[in-house]
Amino acid sequence: MLTDVTQTAIVNYWPLCGVALVILGFVLRFNPVLVVLVAGIGTGLAALMPLSQILSELGEGFLKTRTLPLILLLPLAIIGLAERHGLKQQAQAFIARRQTTSVAKFLTLYLAVREGTAALGLTSLGGHPQMVRPLVAPMSEAIAEQRWQNIPDLMRQKVRAMAAATDNIGLFFGEDIFVAFGAIVLMHTFLRESGIETDPLHIALWGIPTALCAFAIHALRLHQFDRQLRQLQHAAVTTASQSDTQAQTDPLSSSATGVKP
Amino acid sequence: MISLSFLYLLLGLLLLWIALLSLFDRTLPNRFAAAAFWGCYALVFLIGDYLPHSLVGLMVVLMALLAGSGALKASAHNALSPKRLQHSVQRLGSWVFLPPLLIPLLTVFGVLVLGEMKGDGWTLLDPKNLTLVSLGLACLISLPVVCVLTREKPQQAGIEAKRLMEAMGWAVLLPQLLATLGLLFNEAGVGTAVAALSETYLAVNERWVAVAAYCIGMALFTVIMGNAFAAFPVITAGIGIPLLVMQQGANPAVMAAIGMFSGYCGTLMTPMAANFNIVPAALLELKDPHLVIKMQLPTALLLLAANIVLLYLLAF
Repeated sequence: MLTDVTQTAIVNYWPLCGVALVILGFVLRFNPVLVVLVAGIGTGLAALMPLSQILSELGEGFLKTRTLPLILLLPLAIIGLAERHGLKQQAQAFIARRQTTSVAKFLTLYLAVREGTAALGLTSLGGHPQMVRPLVAPMSEAIAEQRWQNIPDLMRQKVRAMAAATDNIGLFFGEDIFVAFGAIVLMHTFLRESGIETDPLHIALWGIPTALCAFAIHALRLHQFDRQLRQLQHAAVTTASQSDTQAQTDPLSSSATGVKP
Repeated sequence: MISLSFLYLLLGLLLLWIALLSLFDRTLPNRFAAAAFWGCYALVFLIGDYLPHSLVGLMVVLMALLAGSGALKASAHNALSPKRLQHSVQRLGSWVFLPPLLIPLLTVFGVLVLGEMKGDGWTLLDPKNLTLVSLGLACLISLPVVCVLTREKPQQAGIEAKRLMEAMGWAVLLPQLLATLGLLFNEAGVGTAVAALSETYLAVNERWVAVAAYCIGMALFTVIMGNAFAAFPVITAGIGIPLLVMQQGANPAVMAAIGMFSGYCGTLMTPMAANFNIVPAALLELKDPHLVIKMQLPTALLLLAANIVLLYLLAF
């Protein structure tokens, strides 16, 4: 039915209202769950479905997509119990034990660990509140400090932001090659309902080239970032006398190391 | 044959137990709303197949309203005392990684080994949902392992599952609801409309134009919506399936995998994905709230270009 779009003269464009509703709702920052609900009902109405049919379409769709919460929720009992007994503390100790000499090397190592563990389904090992703020950002800063004294404030900020960026990139491009990640099941279910049968394992495997590219590209950028830091440092040293006083009283380096995950 | 319905039963029982725990938890704010939410979710899994679809739809509306209005709050959690945690950390060492790692390892084992166990007219695992069934079994096997290692009762595992689900709040429902919306979009003809638009305004006879349109469309739509899951059904039904699969004969698995990753490139570039891009800026006390996005931008653009090339090379 999707192929002969060009032959059928009249295409109903009104259902696109649903897309507009989603965009509007997300832009206005309403609760995403409510936005999706309203968009679903709105789309049905725009396609001239009676309310009872919209409800039963919602119900049918929800039953067909039950595999999503299945893979999301079943492992939680195991991961939760492991967390209770120090899963995160062990991961932090593992990262902290590595001795690296440059920000680029340290963050590349973190990228590898983050992407690798996400690919095994351990997405909860990283994250901004759990890992980046208490550990990755302050450690990156400490490494930069060891190499160069009196780091300008802009450079500190960039190092921290890069730590957060590295966490995101590792997570995004690692988790999608784990067969049991939600996105894989979402794609599989959606294609199946569109009449195309795929194997979830194949979707996961075909994600690997991009995952490798993501690692290579970001590792390269981290390497460049190190060079950039050196230039910034060089520029700062030449104008050092005016601007190095405020950089020393930095809020993060003093407080974050004491934050419990 | 072990099929999905067995796993639905399993999760349904877990959810029912969480509903009961919430109902009798006097410290929980809105405990009745929370119990209603988890109870409805449990019913969908336990007896959903026997209910009329419109009734399930009504339950979905109720659950979305409950979750969207903030009914799911975290209850008081009694974590291990620092002393006992320290003891556990020292006693277990790296062994604590074993149970979570068993899940993916056993899943792969299930797919490759148990999936081959079949005879005349019978199979051990449902071949149509092999990966998912394997994952469910992997969780089932890992549960006693983690209980023995940590010397806890299975009930505690249920309580920990409840803690993590409550911590997710409304986000627990979002992926499934977005997927449902995608199916509804299909039913209502959203994909047909997008396909008609893209056929009218794009020179889609060129293969690389179609590939680039799909990848960039995924990224752009994700930038607007802040969520690649929401963009996937629209762009795939509108550009992916009609142009790439039907017209150009692309491999749908490759298309989906790389398309979703193109969407993630969009996630890296948008303040709409606040959890990933704006919240950390606040957590790290950055003066510029968009500094994380600025650091991600070059990686995202380079990777999007790489995705277009990869899709062009691998899908045909």
